[in-house]
Amino acid sequence: MSSTQHTHDHAFHHVSAAQHDEHGPATGIMRWLTTTNHKDIGTMYLVFSLIMFLTGGSMALVIRAELFQPGMQLVDPGFFNTMTTVHALIMVFGAVMPATVGLANWMIPLQIGAPDMALPRMNNFSFWLLVAAFALLILSLFMPGGGPASGWTLYPPLVLQTGDALPLAIFAIHLAGASSIMGSINIIVTIMNLRAPGMSLLKMPLFVWTWLITAYLLIAVMPVFAGAVTMLLTDHFFHTTFFAAAGGGDPVLYQHIFWFFGHPEVYIMILPAFGIISEIIPTFARKPLFGYDSMVYATASIAFLSFIVWGHHMFTVGMPLAGEMFFMLSTMLIAVPTGVKVFNWTATLWKGSLSFEPPMLFALAFLFLFTIGGFSGLMMAIAPVDFQYQDTYFIVAHFHYVLVPGAVFAIMGGVYYWLPKWTGHMYDMKLAKVHFWLSTIFVNVLFFPQHFLGLAGMPRRIPDYSTQFTDWNMVSSIGGFGFGLSQLLFVYVIWKCVKGGAPATAKVWDGARTHGLEWTVPSPAPYHTFEEAPVVE
Amino acid sequence: MKMVKRSLAAGAALTMLASAPALAGWSDLNLRVGATPLSREIYGLHMMILWICVAIAVAVFAVMIYSIATFRKSKGAIPATFDHSTKAEIIWTVIPVGILVFMAIPAAKTLVRIDDTRGSDMTIKATGYQWKWQYDYVDQGISFFSTLSRASNEARQLHSGIDPKTVDNYLLDVDNPLVVPAGKKVRMLITSADVIHSWWLPDFAIKKDAIPGYINEMWFKVDKPGTYRGQCVELCGRDHGFMPIVVVVMEQAQYDAWVAQQKSARQAAAPAAERIAQLNETTLRVENAE
Repeated sequence: MSSTQHTHDHAFHHVSAAQHDEHGPATGIMRWLTTTNHKDIGTMYLVFSLIMFLTGGSMALVIRAELFQPGMQLVDPGFFNTMTTVHALIMVFGAVMPATVGLANWMIPLQIGAPDMALPRMNNFSFWLLVAAFALLILSLFMPGGGPASGWTLYPPLVLQTGDALPLAIFAIHLAGASSIMGSINIIVTIMNLRAPGMSLLKMPLFVWTWLITAYLLIAVMPVFAGAVTMLLTDHFFHTTFFAAAGGGDPVLYQHIFWFFGHPEVYIMILPAFGIISEIIPTFARKPLFGYDSMVYATASIAFLSFIVWGHHMFTVGMPLAGEMFFMLSTMLIAVPTGVKVFNWTATLWKGSLSFEPPMLFALAFLFLFTIGGFSGLMMAIAPVDFQYQDTYFIVAHFHYVLVPGAVFAIMGGVYYWLPKWTGHMYDMKLAKVHFWLSTIFVNVLFFPQHFLGLAGMPRRIPDYSTQFTDWNMVSSIGGFGFGLSQLLFVYVIWKCVKGGAPATAKVWDGARTHGLEWTVPSPAPYHTFEEAPVVE
Repeated sequence: MKMVKRSLAAGAALTMLASAPALAGWSDLNLRVGATPLSREIYGLHMMILWICVAIAVAVFAVMIYSIATFRKSKGAIPATFDHSTKAEIIWTVIPVGILVFMAIPAAKTLVRIDDTRGSDMTIKATGYQWKWQYDYVDQGISFFSTLSRASNEARQLHSGIDPKTVDNYLLDVDNPLVVPAGKKVRMLITSADVIHSWWLPDFAIKKDAIPGYINEMWFKVDKPGTYRGQCVELCGRDHGFMPIVVVVMEQAQYDAWVAQQKSARQAAAPAAERIAQLNETTLRVENAE
């Protein structure tokens, strides 16, 4: 650093400090509409994703209610398809992704000692684009011809039979994609440029590392998805035939493009979760994370592999034998770095001094239940057997295990981990533990029997089923309602904590490691932090 | 490796147990063994991989549970300070690779066999429509549609008031099943006339997408005569859940009689069949226009 630069920074600091004394956050609605503060925007992302989680969850309850017993009792099959489609779109793009972006907004600057995100105005823009995106998607439910009903994968030719909802859903995806890309650029620029002096890349907390890699994945694949859905749009409205066999196009081409996006997308949802778990476990094991370097390399390997395994979503489209072999073997390879991660977390527990506060409970449940999802993933990598699993409830069980007790539990654990830092209050530990146990029990009642249903031959995405599937569907539906209602407790615990509670210390948890700098600022974190960069030894 | 062997033995034992009728309950929880040599091979592969996963899970979960039970702060555990071990990390990278290779070899062999449609005795083309299947016996000139049976169709309407439990083979029954001879290698060609469907018969362990513009291939050979049921497994619109697949496997003599009967019925009803075909086309056009 040149000395001129330093003087300049110093002068700037004085001016901005003076301004903050006068302004602070704006009041009322304008604070939230115009804010460029990473903490405000992080909060908005998190609240938004919670609302979407409850919305998408309600749709899942419509599905589970209809499937409670055989026969059609509640909804039309077409509306049932709309529910499965929009449930997935909302949960993927509206709940899980924005939740991890919200955590990134709040925590990355705090963990690396940055005063804010590098591009604060773009940060505001990317959040409000997301709101617009989901306003469009929800609106699409009320269009003539019904909402999108072709599954979240939007396969042509079926998706082209959608009514007026189609352009709305596609523009929603465009906006959500643009929002994700901007968010990712912001995260990469922040991490690359605003780290506190002394915080080298290999000293960064793992949550920052996993998000850095996730952000690159997002920038690589969101434009691909946007391209695919744009081709759907022109096929539908401008008589192109990219995906129409009758005009020389190819419906399978869409699937290749979609899954080239879609597979990295699943890691986009799970890598930040890995990061959160890697923060929580060392804190409550009171022991450094085992194998930090190998965690980083494993994350990078998983990200690389995610680009060359997409064909395993398409084993039944009639790929040549060589293609099936390649995608089977490359998919199996993912088990190796994923295994390294699970073993590292387990080794972190080994000879630690464990305590079981709510974040740790969620992290431990993640460890067990994500691993179960990993095993069913490995089973489905085996192409010849996958012909039996593909498009049955077995896959439904698999991806819900990695997404709900996987990604969602990690996010909830992260919220319980950092909530005192955000609000300055400790939350009601007893209620949070009740929330944990209800969620964990019901999530298994909900999803474990779906393995049985799939193996016994129940296809996914059907509104009604043959009578031999009745018992496990009933069990699963009971689990679904139990899990859904338990989440109201989550909302209540958060609400109560925002309103008040025992004051939290700067360190919050006695075992909190100083790897990330979030524990060096007071709780609640002041509106502006690290205006002067801290130095990391 | 010892553990893997032991779990393989356990898997084999369970395979035998599963085929015993006394344990019918188990079959509701697990993949079915099926009715073809390939389906049995795939079932074996499934059980092998399942048991390997169970064995690894037991080992890993045991360490986790032991840690959670033993290294507790409430019990006064003092945390260790180690943060890596190159030896351990190499071990738990190399061993999984070994296990994966062990799984991949039989899997690849089975995959090659599934792909081999050579030397088939007959060919049937299945075409998916919203929401029914059409079967063409390429060699015999027999062709018909196969749709959800009337009883199931009545019961499955919203608020029908009919208890599905009173309907035989609810949602898994059709008006005209596919009929094939036992012991013959049947090659199936799968395509679609509108959106993507997928033809799955769990007992034959075959599943292929029916895609407009593509003709996919697969094969099966069933030894035991009987009735086998499956469903469309690719979301194909409103009535995706209501286009089942039923295959009746007959002894060769019975099958020959069925073919002869189909042919004579066709000749007798030729003018009527033409009218029906026309009608079908009109309905399709109307449906598409909607």
